[in-house]
Amino acid sequence: MSGVQTPQRPRETAQPVRNAGLWRTVAALLRKELLVELRTLESVPAMSLFALSTFVVFHFALNRNSVEGDLGAGILWVTLLFAAILGINRLFVADADQGGFDAFLLAPVDRSAMLIAKALTLLAYLAVLELIAVPAFALLLLGAPLGPALPGLVTTLVLADLGVAVIGTLVAAMAVRTRARDLLGPLLALPLLVPVVIGGARATSPLLVQAHPAGVGGPAIRWLLTLGLYDLVFGLIAFALFDFLLED
Amino acid sequence: MSEPALELEGLARHYGEREALSGVSLSLAAGQTLVVFGPNGAGKTTLLRVLATLLRPHAGDVRVLGANLPDQAWAVRGRVGLLGHEPLLYRELTARENLRFHARLHGVSDERVHELLGAVAMGSRAGEPLRTLSRGMVQRVAVARAVLHDPELLLLDEPHSNLDPAAVELVAPLIGAASGRTRVICSHDPTGDLAQADVVLGLRAGRPALLSAVAEVDPGEIAELYR
Amino acid sequence: MERSSRPFGYGNGLRTLSVVTVIAIAVALGLVFFYAPLEAEQGFLQKIFYVHVPLAIIALCGFVLGGLLAIQHLRTRDPRWDMRSYVVIHMSLIFAVGTLITGSIWAKGSWGHWWVWSEPTLVSFLIIFLLYATYQPLRFAIEDPERQARYASVFAITAGAFVPMNFIAVRLSTAYLHPRVLGSTSNLPGPMALTFLVSLVAMALLFATLCKYELTAKHTRSQLRALRRRLSGELADAPTRPRSAVPAIQHAAAAPARAAGRPVL
Repeated sequence: MSGVQTPQRPRETAQPVRNAGLWRTVAALLRKELLVELRTLESVPAMSLFALSTFVVFHFALNRNSVEGDLGAGILWVTLLFAAILGINRLFVADADQGGFDAFLLAPVDRSAMLIAKALTLLAYLAVLELIAVPAFALLLLGAPLGPALPGLVTTLVLADLGVAVIGTLVAAMAVRTRARDLLGPLLALPLLVPVVIGGARATSPLLVQAHPAGVGGPAIRWLLTLGLYDLVFGLIAFALFDFLLED
Repeated sequence: MSEPALELEGLARHYGEREALSGVSLSLAAGQTLVVFGPNGAGKTTLLRVLATLLRPHAGDVRVLGANLPDQAWAVRGRVGLLGHEPLLYRELTARENLRFHARLHGVSDERVHELLGAVAMGSRAGEPLRTLSRGMVQRVAVARAVLHDPELLLLDEPHSNLDPAAVELVAPLIGAASGRTRVICSHDPTGDLAQADVVLGLRAGRPALLSAVAEVDPGEIAELYR
Repeated sequence: MERSSRPFGYGNGLRTLSVVTVIAIAVALGLVFFYAPLEAEQGFLQKIFYVHVPLAIIALCGFVLGGLLAIQHLRTRDPRWDMRSYVVIHMSLIFAVGTLITGSIWAKGSWGHWWVWSEPTLVSFLIIFLLYATYQPLRFAIEDPERQARYASVFAITAGAFVPMNFIAVRLSTAYLHPRVLGSTSNLPGPMALTFLVSLVAMALLFATLCKYELTAKHTRSQLRALRRRLSGELADAPTRPRSAVPAIQHAAAAPARAAGRPVL
C-alpha cells in the first residue's frame, strides 16, 4: 500500500553573507519606497481624502453637527482604521506586480529589512494621514477643544500606529500574492486590529470632552499598556514569521 | 581542478501532487554554458529559480558554486545573476534609480552603475522613468541589473527576447559567451542558441529527456521535445 | 529522500477512540440531566452551561493548538503538520460557532436578548470567529500548494497568538453590569463541578475523534488518488488537482514494504 512521503528537507542555516548591513538595507528600501510614493502619490492622498469624505458621511449618517466623548473617539478611530486599510492594501502591490520580491530575495541581505522598511513606510503614511485627518476632525465634527486632548491623543496614536504598521505589513504581505488581494487584506486586518481600536477609542474618549476645571487628564494607563503589549507581541511575531511569506 | 560550477543529482521539486522537476542530474564546469530546451511547462523556469535559490529543491543534491542548496543558500546569493521574463525593475523609477537601488542591496558602488549604464548604451536616458522607455531599452537595463554585482553564475531565461540584433551584440560582452561566466540559458530557439552551448539539457514534463555535450547532440532530438 | 510507509496507519485506534467518546458523552449527558442540581436562578436553562463552556474552552485550545502545529510545519516543512493544523483549526471553527449559538440561546433565555455585548467571552468569540472564517478563503486564494500551506501556517500562528490578546482586550473593555454566570467556572458546588469536568472531558474526546476522522478520510482519499494515478500510467501526465483549500499530501506511488508503524496522528 502507498505510504506518505516524508521529506527530510534540510533547513537553511541562518547567517547571510552581509554585503550591506541591516540598517543600510532598510535605508535603501525606504528610499525606494518613498521615491515611488512621491512619484505616484498613490497611497497618502487617497488615505487622507478618504478620511475627509468619511467624516462628511458620518455627519449625514448620524445627523450630528458635533460629537464628543465616546461617539467622537469612535468616529475618529473608525475613520483612521478604514483609511489605514486603504494604505495596507497598496503596500506591496508595486513589489508583487513588478518583480520586487525576486530582486530582494536574490540579494545577500537580511530579509527582516523588508519588514522593517515596509512597516516604517506604513507608519510614515499613517503619520501624514493623522496630521491631516485629526485637525480636519476637530474642524468638522469635534465638539470639544482639541488642544488639551492633544498630548494624550498623540501618545495613543503613536502606540496604536505601531500596532497597525506591524499587523498591516504582515497582513499586506499575506494578501498581496493571492487571487483576491483587495478583499483578503481588509478581512484579515479588521479582526486583528480590534484590540487597537479598543485601546485607542477607550483611551481617548475621556479626552475628547469639554474640559473640566482641573484639566482633561491623560489616557488611562491600562489602555496604553494594552496597546504596548499588542505592539510587542505582534512585533515579535511578525519578525519571526515574515521571512516565510517572502519565499516563493 | 576547480570544482564544477553546478552539480545536480536527482533534483526534484513538486507542485502539490504534481512533479515539476524530477530526476535532474548534471554537472557543469566553471565557464561553461548549459542550454535548456523544452516546451512550456517543462520545468525550465523552475530549474532556473531553484539554481537562483528562489525555490527550494524538494529532493536530491544540488551544489551551486560549491555550496549545497538549500542549507548553504546564503553562500550563493549575491554570486548569481538572474535575467528572467520580468525585468525586476520599478516602472516609476528611472534606470539610474533602479540600478542604484540594486547596487545598494548588493553592496556595489555607484561608479559601477555608471559604467554599466554606459555599457548598455542607456547613459543618455538613465534619468527617465522606465515606463516611458521601450521594451528593448527596459530589457537592456535589466541586463545591467543582472550583472551589476559581477556574478559568477548567470541564469538567463530567453535573454534575447525584446532585444533587436544590435542590442544583442551590445550585451554580448556582459551576458554572452565572451563574458567568461558560467551560464545556464533557457531557450526556445534550437537553431540559434545551440551554438553557444557546451552542454545541452532537454526537459519534458519535468524530466530530463535529453542530456549531452553539444558535440553529441542530434538537433532532431531537440525538435522531438516539442512534439 | 525517505518515504515512510504506514499502511492503514491513519485509522489506527479510531474505533477505540470513537467508542470511548460515545461512552464519555453518554455519561456526561446522564450527569447533566440526572445528577447535576437545578440552579436556583436560571433553572433548567442553566444546563446549557455544561455544553457552552466546554465548547468554548476546547475551541480556544484548538485554535492555539492549530498555531502550535503550524509552528511545527514551518520548522520541518513537512506537509503533514499543515494537514493537522488545517483540520484542528477547521474543527475549532465549528466548535466556535457552536459556542456562539449556545451562548446566544443562553443569553436569550437569561436576559431576553439573542446577543449581549456585556459578555466578554461571547464578544471575544465573535471576533475570533470573524478572524478564523478567513482561514479557508485565504487558503483557497493561493494556488501553489506549498505556498498555500506556508501562508496558512503564518496565519495560524498569528491568529493563535491573537486569541489570548483578544481576550485580554475585550475583557478590559467590557463593563460588568451582569454577574458573569456564563463564563465563570470557579465557585462551583461539588456535583456541578463534577458534571462540568466530565462534560469537558467528553467534549475534548469528541474534538479529538472528529479530528482523527477527518485526517483519516483526507489521507485515505489522497492515497486513493495516488493509486489511481499509478494504475493509469504516467505520473507526470496526470491532470493537476482542481484548485482547493485543502492541504495536498503527496503519496508515494511505489508500493513500499509493510511496516508496523504507530499511527501517525
